[in-house]
Amino acid sequence: MSLFGKKLLGVGTAVVVVGVLIGLYVANWATSFPTPVAATVAPGAVLGGTNLTLETVAAIGSKYSPAHPDWVSYLVRSKGQWIHSTIYTVPANSIVHVTIYQFDSPTGLRNPFLSQVQGTVSEGGAASGTVSIDGKTVNAINPEEASHTFAVPQLGVFVPLPGISEEAKNPCEEAPCEPSKFAHRTITFSFRTGKKGRYRWQCFVPCAAGFIAGNGGPMQTLGYMGGFLDVV
Amino acid sequence: MSEPNHARRFGLIWLVATIVALPLVILLIGPILPPGNGSEQASGQVTDNTVLLAMATPVLLLVVIYLLYAIVCFRQPKGAALEGPAVRGDTRVQTAWIVITSVLVLALAGYGTVRLLSDYGSGTGSGPTPLTKPSGPKLPVQVIAQQWAFTYRYPTYGGVETPHLVLPVNQWVELNVTSLDVIHSFWAYQLGVKADANPDVNNVAFVKPTHLETFEVRCSELCGIWHGSMFDHGKVVTQSAFATWIREQQVKFAAATKVLPPYSKTYLPEPTRRGG
Repeated sequence: MSLFGKKLLGVGTAVVVVGVLIGLYVANWATSFPTPVAATVAPGAVLGGTNLTLETVAAIGSKYSPAHPDWVSYLVRSKGQWIHSTIYTVPANSIVHVTIYQFDSPTGLRNPFLSQVQGTVSEGGAASGTVSIDGKTVNAINPEEASHTFAVPQLGVFVPLPGISEEAKNPCEEAPCEPSKFAHRTITFSFRTGKKGRYRWQCFVPCAAGFIAGNGGPMQTLGYMGGFLDVV
Repeated sequence: MSEPNHARRFGLIWLVATIVALPLVILLIGPILPPGNGSEQASGQVTDNTVLLAMATPVLLLVVIYLLYAIVCFRQPKGAALEGPAVRGDTRVQTAWIVITSVLVLALAGYGTVRLLSDYGSGTGSGPTPLTKPSGPKLPVQVIAQQWAFTYRYPTYGGVETPHLVLPVNQWVELNVTSLDVIHSFWAYQLGVKADANPDVNNVAFVKPTHLETFEVRCSELCGIWHGSMFDHGKVVTQSAFATWIREQQVKFAAATKVLPPYSKTYLPEPTRRGG
């Protein structure tokens, strides 16, 4: 083989290797979705109801996210463990009963309109527009007290989550946070799922501390403050 | 055999093609051009797109027919390897090309300017102080963008805010478009409305819906991870249906209305505690 041929072969091989590595990196990045977690069947529930238990934490911690231990995040309860995932599988045309343990302090809503509860239903499925916060039923919260929201815009569900007091004596520093050990708010509500499909859900509070306008980092990364409801 | 007069022959072909194609383009393609006839502005944009296409058609035919003419008439004879005659330029052709294209572009600029002014911005955002406004009563509606949803505020109905856009038919609407965080763009496709939503800016767009229909609302400015989900459907309804709907919204969102800030053309909300 001539010198030119050898150079051509060398450059060609290098281009192919680099191209394949870039392709693998992009493919890995594009397919790195959190593990879907299925809601559990609610005992005695009507309309094929399921339970979904979540928690919000001020910092996910290095156990769940070595790259971003200080990012705010949601977690989901599955088989007695807190799982770092924001993709939840729920049945179609059913009622999902949600319990959220809220361990974070308030940030405040950018749009106070979202301080009113929307799209929730009673245990039996009738429209209610209310949530239970620490056992008290309300239809809105003080927008300045909002720490996060659980919102599924395509289903018309907007639930504001109030933060814990900034003077709380034992706030949870990082996940996992157990309700029996740390200061928290308990928010419960139900909503109807509708037809099959993938619905995004998100937090509407600019809660990403340290990012421009509070909307970078965990607000812009799947697996922290937003995800999907896979209605199957 | 003497060489034919290519210029005359080509010119004749182009003229006939243009005479045949132009009515077809205007009459057959024009009516199906976007964005439809959901509003006076959308219908106007269909007319504008038809004018643009009609003016572009002769130019397109000129280029395509010349290409085909050259392939057919100036083809290299088989077996020959001849150099074509050197072309040194032609003042008449160059002048005609510059004059015709300049006239076309300037005419379109003039047409566009007149249309923008006469149609009150033609459905586009005209900034906080539009040069022209439709006369008579207008329904003000504020479009509030945030990551990642649009909400709508009706200042003449107690400042109530709603998650969906509903408009009355045959009524001038003044859309005041703003953002609470980053740059978005409000695009009501079938209404022919597209206006950037910038924080601390009131971008005004006028629209007069003319058909009872459902229209798509999208964000057309890449605004973050859920940009593709910033999608909703709005409705154009009768005046009476609108009156009923807005009363229902006032009742439904009474709790939220109580805590909304006073109506303003722009908002610059800061997170009150920690984020950002």
